Amino acid sequence: MKKNIITSKKLPANLATYMTLFLIIGAASIGIGCVDKETQAVSESILVKGSDTVLPLAQAESETFMMANTDKSVTVIGGGSGVGIAALIDGEVDIAMASREMKPSEIENARSNGIDPVEHTVCWDGIAVAVNPENTVSTLTLSQVRGIYNGSITNWEEVGGTDLKIVAISRDSSSGTYEYFKENVLEGEEYRPDALIQSATGAIVLEVSQNKNAVGYIGIAYLDESVKAISLNSDGTYVLPSAETVKTGAYPLARPLYFYTNGEPTGLAKTFLDYVLGPDGQGIVSEIGYIPV
Amino acid sequence: MRMDGKFKEHAIETVLLSTSAVTVVILFLICIFLFGEGAALFNEISFFDFLSGKFWYPTSEPPQFGLLPLFLGTLIVTVGAICISVPLGVASAIFISEIASAKVAGMLKPFIEILAGVPSVVYGFFGLVVIIPNLQKLLNLPTGQTALAGSIMLGIMALPTIISISEDAISAVPSFIKEGSLALGATRWQTIHRVTVPAALSGISAAVMLGIGRAIGETMTVMMVTGNTAIIPGFPDGFLAPVRTMTATIALEMGEVPQGSDHYHALFVIGAMLFVITLLINLIAESIKRRYMFKVGS
Repeated sequence: MKKNIITSKKLPANLATYMTLFLIIGAASIGIGCVDKETQAVSESILVKGSDTVLPLAQAESETFMMANTDKSVTVIGGGSGVGIAALIDGEVDIAMASREMKPSEIENARSNGIDPVEHTVCWDGIAVAVNPENTVSTLTLSQVRGIYNGSITNWEEVGGTDLKIVAISRDSSSGTYEYFKENVLEGEEYRPDALIQSATGAIVLEVSQNKNAVGYIGIAYLDESVKAISLNSDGTYVLPSAETVKTGAYPLARPLYFYTNGEPTGLAKTFLDYVLGPDGQGIVSEIGYIPV
Repeated sequence: MRMDGKFKEHAIETVLLSTSAVTVVILFLICIFLFGEGAALFNEISFFDFLSGKFWYPTSEPPQFGLLPLFLGTLIVTVGAICISVPLGVASAIFISEIASAKVAGMLKPFIEILAGVPSVVYGFFGLVVIIPNLQKLLNLPTGQTALAGSIMLGIMALPTIISISEDAISAVPSFIKEGSLALGATRWQTIHRVTVPAALSGISAAVMLGIGRAIGETMTVMMVTGNTAIIPGFPDGFLAPVRTMTATIALEMGEVPQGSDHYHALFVIGAMLFVITLLINLIAESIKRRYMFKVGS
């Protein structure tokens, strides 16, 4: 009797164990089958590398592109404009993403390496100057922004706000946006030495959202309700940054974002670039928050 | 049979020797690489100018590479961290090894170990979202991203090192010394602060040195909470202003530095400096520890 009870108790337990085992093995082999199928089917692949500003766009583009073309593979890696361009010069990647133009020295390096960089504008990006929503200042001229960032304006009172010290926030020097801002707003002048440096745009948004004194510059794709965008003026009228005003050219801080290829693109690089510049690709550009070309 | 056993023994010994030799070789290669890449900078500027330069403007024309603001930034953040973590850490170590019952100590220790296992980016995020806004409100500062925020975070991060090593040192004090003190009529507290802690002092000092080493080398957390402003911090008001540490500079700027440029070599020199500083700290900690072993043995 006793024995019987034990075996009958054991049997279901054993059965359950075996079934779980089978299930696991089965699931694993299904997975293996899938992987095999995919790796066998991919006939072409390219590598895209560079600017962190272009990264979210390129990732979204490659995902939808690969969904429509299951036999193609587009790998996208960030790192910064300079990193992508350096990889293109070394012949390691098919497309380099950049949020700035290639420098003459980089073009020279590429030529001496037998690489002929060709520039393609894939979309436009606007740079917004953002403050805390509690800040009473909502308009600034470009020269006031320059004053805030070169250190000649240190209190919000000087630009029509309340008596609070200004805390200017910048990206680090490896950012393409840092260089764009230095060139176009500071006109080559050095940033004020006491500016806070953040290693990511998200960190700038966070600090501005929780600090009444803070001001930062961010790509318009990063604007949300936690911060307030400043209307900028360069010749008479104040313009709020938006996809519309960047497209019409009314907003003063806008720049193109680039793909660089070695020579005119061929094969999959060409197919991918055509997709990005085509109606579907440019639709994704608007979705991400950038401005179509 | 015996020959076979000997051969086996020999083979295992050789394998173990070569694995430990790999560590030394790797360290040696890192050394060559760091110092070699860094040395190229001094074709352009003098070593002394680099050490005493007051400005770090690596991307302006002409660039300025001055280590002083970065070195002092690291110093002020580390000093602050030590001021926070040493009293807390040593007090916790005394509590765990001398006062707490075995049950309470057994409950506390795993928590301290978990503290050591939290990734630094999580500490950084905590600092960014919790410490910084509260610090700003509490002290009415223009920004909460200050050396003090970095010190607080690093102080917490250095705690596990300091607690566990000081605790080892305190537990290693022979019980007959404590019993002697108690037998002479000293209270428990008198025994702890006049006998036990002084006897363990060199071990505690070693713990503090290793805690300093941990704080100096930390990168991600400091980069997220200190504001990264490369100006020479004042003392003591520098604690309430943003600073930039040496580690944060490398992490911030290595991404897009053109290979082979002066800026690139300058970052390697900072790396080499950090290497030398940590090496010195470890040597000091090691020598203190050795002295302490003598004391207990004799």
